[in-house]
Amino acid sequence: MGFAKKDILDMESLSADEITIILDIADRMKEISKRPIKKVPTLRGKTVILFFHEPSTRTRTSFEIAAKRLSADSLSINFSSSSMVKQETLIDTVQNLEAMSPDVIIIRHAASGTPHMLARLIKSSVINAGDGMHAHPSQSLLDLMTVREKKGKISGLRIAIIGDISHSRVARSNSIGFTKMGANVVLAGPPTMIPKGIENLGVSVSYNVDDAICDADVIMMLRIQKERQKDFLFPTEREYARYYGLNRKRLTNAKREVLIMHPGPINRGVEIASDVADGPYSIILEQVTNGVAVRMALLYLVAGGARNADTN
Amino acid sequence: MQILIRGGRVIDPGNLDGIHDILLQDGKIAQISANGSIENIDVSESEPADSSPCKVIDASGKIVTPGLIDMHVHFREPGHEYKETIQTGCLAAAHGGFTAVCTMPNTKPVNDNRQVTEYIINKAAGVDTVRVYPVAAISKGLEGNGLAEYGELKEAGAIAFSDDGCPIVNSRLMRRALEYAKGFGMLIISHCEDLDLVGAGVMNEGALATRMGLAGIPNAAESIMVMRDIALCELTQAPLHIAHVSTKESVRTIREAKKRGIPVTAETAPHYFTLTEDAVEKYNTNAKMSPPLRSYDDKEAIWEGLSDGTLDVIATDHAPHASIEKEVEFNLAANGIIGLETALSLGLKLVDKGFLTINNLIEKMSKNPARILGIKNTLKIGSVADITIIDPDVLYTVDSDCFHSLSRNTPFNGWKMKGKAVVTIVGGKVVFDDLSKK
Repeated sequence: MGFAKKDILDMESLSADEITIILDIADRMKEISKRPIKKVPTLRGKTVILFFHEPSTRTRTSFEIAAKRLSADSLSINFSSSSMVKQETLIDTVQNLEAMSPDVIIIRHAASGTPHMLARLIKSSVINAGDGMHAHPSQSLLDLMTVREKKGKISGLRIAIIGDISHSRVARSNSIGFTKMGANVVLAGPPTMIPKGIENLGVSVSYNVDDAICDADVIMMLRIQKERQKDFLFPTEREYARYYGLNRKRLTNAKREVLIMHPGPINRGVEIASDVADGPYSIILEQVTNGVAVRMALLYLVAGGARNADTN
Repeated sequence: MQILIRGGRVIDPGNLDGIHDILLQDGKIAQISANGSIENIDVSESEPADSSPCKVIDASGKIVTPGLIDMHVHFREPGHEYKETIQTGCLAAAHGGFTAVCTMPNTKPVNDNRQVTEYIINKAAGVDTVRVYPVAAISKGLEGNGLAEYGELKEAGAIAFSDDGCPIVNSRLMRRALEYAKGFGMLIISHCEDLDLVGAGVMNEGALATRMGLAGIPNAAESIMVMRDIALCELTQAPLHIAHVSTKESVRTIREAKKRGIPVTAETAPHYFTLTEDAVEKYNTNAKMSPPLRSYDDKEAIWEGLSDGTLDVIATDHAPHASIEKEVEFNLAANGIIGLETALSLGLKLVDKGFLTINNLIEKMSKNPARILGIKNTLKIGSVADITIIDPDVLYTVDSDCFHSLSRNTPFNGWKMKGKAVVTIVGGKVVFDDLSKK
């Protein structure tokens, strides 16, 4: 068993063995964040660039903390997509960054496939921190880590993912990730939010939230974006909350030990009621905690670890 | 100057199919006779009388056809000469075996007025390679608000009208365009696309788009407009030509309309009968186009439509773009690919597969576009000598670095091909000759 990937681009390109390696290392990394001195020298002398073309608080902070706890030098660059279009092409920008010899470039971009394009062009490792509607592998890995930690396993569990599947890279990455690790994934939401052919990822689809959650071990709610009303995906937040939101009443049909997850940021009172988000089944903040551990594991594997053993 | 094309299989669908010699003189076809007969009589006799030598092209083993016509290309002049000029476009056309092209009006400025039409015609005359027939805009500025001046545009030399790339949303305007063009005996070419249904879509809708996280374009975005335009065609009884058909629903709709006698014709492009959406895999921007590459079922329907005559024409939709417009994020990449220098070879693959006979292919790339556009294009004594000579057997590998187009945006680079044009003659002048070199 080894890990030889240069890039972390999506869940599709990770094998079940590779996912297990990442989760095992993440489990060990978690302990570092509990120490009084939260820093190890593992990536000392390595340079990590966070290159975010889309707003992000959680993911960017999480990667940045992960890099710092491993002693890598990290810096963050934000470009609004408009300045990118008007000025330098993305390829030129990234090749300029590459010329300064970073070890890892972590990229978030609104256009699906952009990290893949850059990974083909540059020698530095590329970690996808979310590309358009396509993939968000570090989110999926932290979700897998959190579920495995809570349930002791992933295989055989039933995972319900509910909301705007069409526009969600989290839904895609988790559909692939959880299915690959042996879980059964059901996706639910109004038909306007279920993309054509999603069943090809090995998941099932329901238009009824109660059906989807009744025997689920994990319920993952997705953020509803208000601007999707313009795309006619749903009439009002009020109606969405009533038919597709998770509230205490709806939760009475769920399993007793069900876990409630959300990749954040949450819309209280829309896709998830406050008392559920803050309630006993919610592990939303534990997801965030584990996010740092998973990202430490990813940085370690691409920039330190076995892959770079010869050059260290 | 005389040209003797000797010993080729001459195919002029509906007129000729056999081994003949063809003698060209003063830009026209002077004689068509059985193989070997012209050499003995005319060449020897005419040479002393005419001081210019007679060029002899040995076409044995080759196919000699009326010049190929590509009724759908984008040359980017005026306005975007860094992508393609009229000169480079004409060179690419000649090397692809085309003797004539129809240039779409989305230049900058838009070809919606006499000055731009005349500019294109004058430029093309200066280049003097292949014939360039400008297609002018249906609506002023391609904005879909008002009719362009069809009468004057026709006088200036426009061959048809199209708002290619900017579908006409307003059904009343489309109706009036068909009616008004009919008064001048002119054709409307429609780019059928419902932009509301396309939304943010960048590739074919389906499982692949879903997996790749790209917004999809449903087939209905095309067919809904094909259905509307056919309804308007039936209403107005004005000739309508549907551009770049890509879906099975469109093929079915056009087939049914033709059965009912509605004056509609249609074209598809080589990429729609060659590729499927799978070409987009790995976010290949050279497989991004409008309409998008579709599913295998759609490709099969295109094959059927071509073979049963529903689709009259193969046109390239040659759409040159610079690397800076293609080597970018997939969502931002420009739509379209170049096609002039690969179209014939891809068409010949259909003949190899048995979907078309060689006669059918020549109809779709030469005779039918000529008929639809009202261009005389035939191999008869006295006709203008626009001729393409095809080597159906030559094996080669596509190398986009050798293209004559200014742009390189093709998904076919590195493809193994069998058959290509080897000589292109326009008005009795050889504009491309790959045969004499060897």
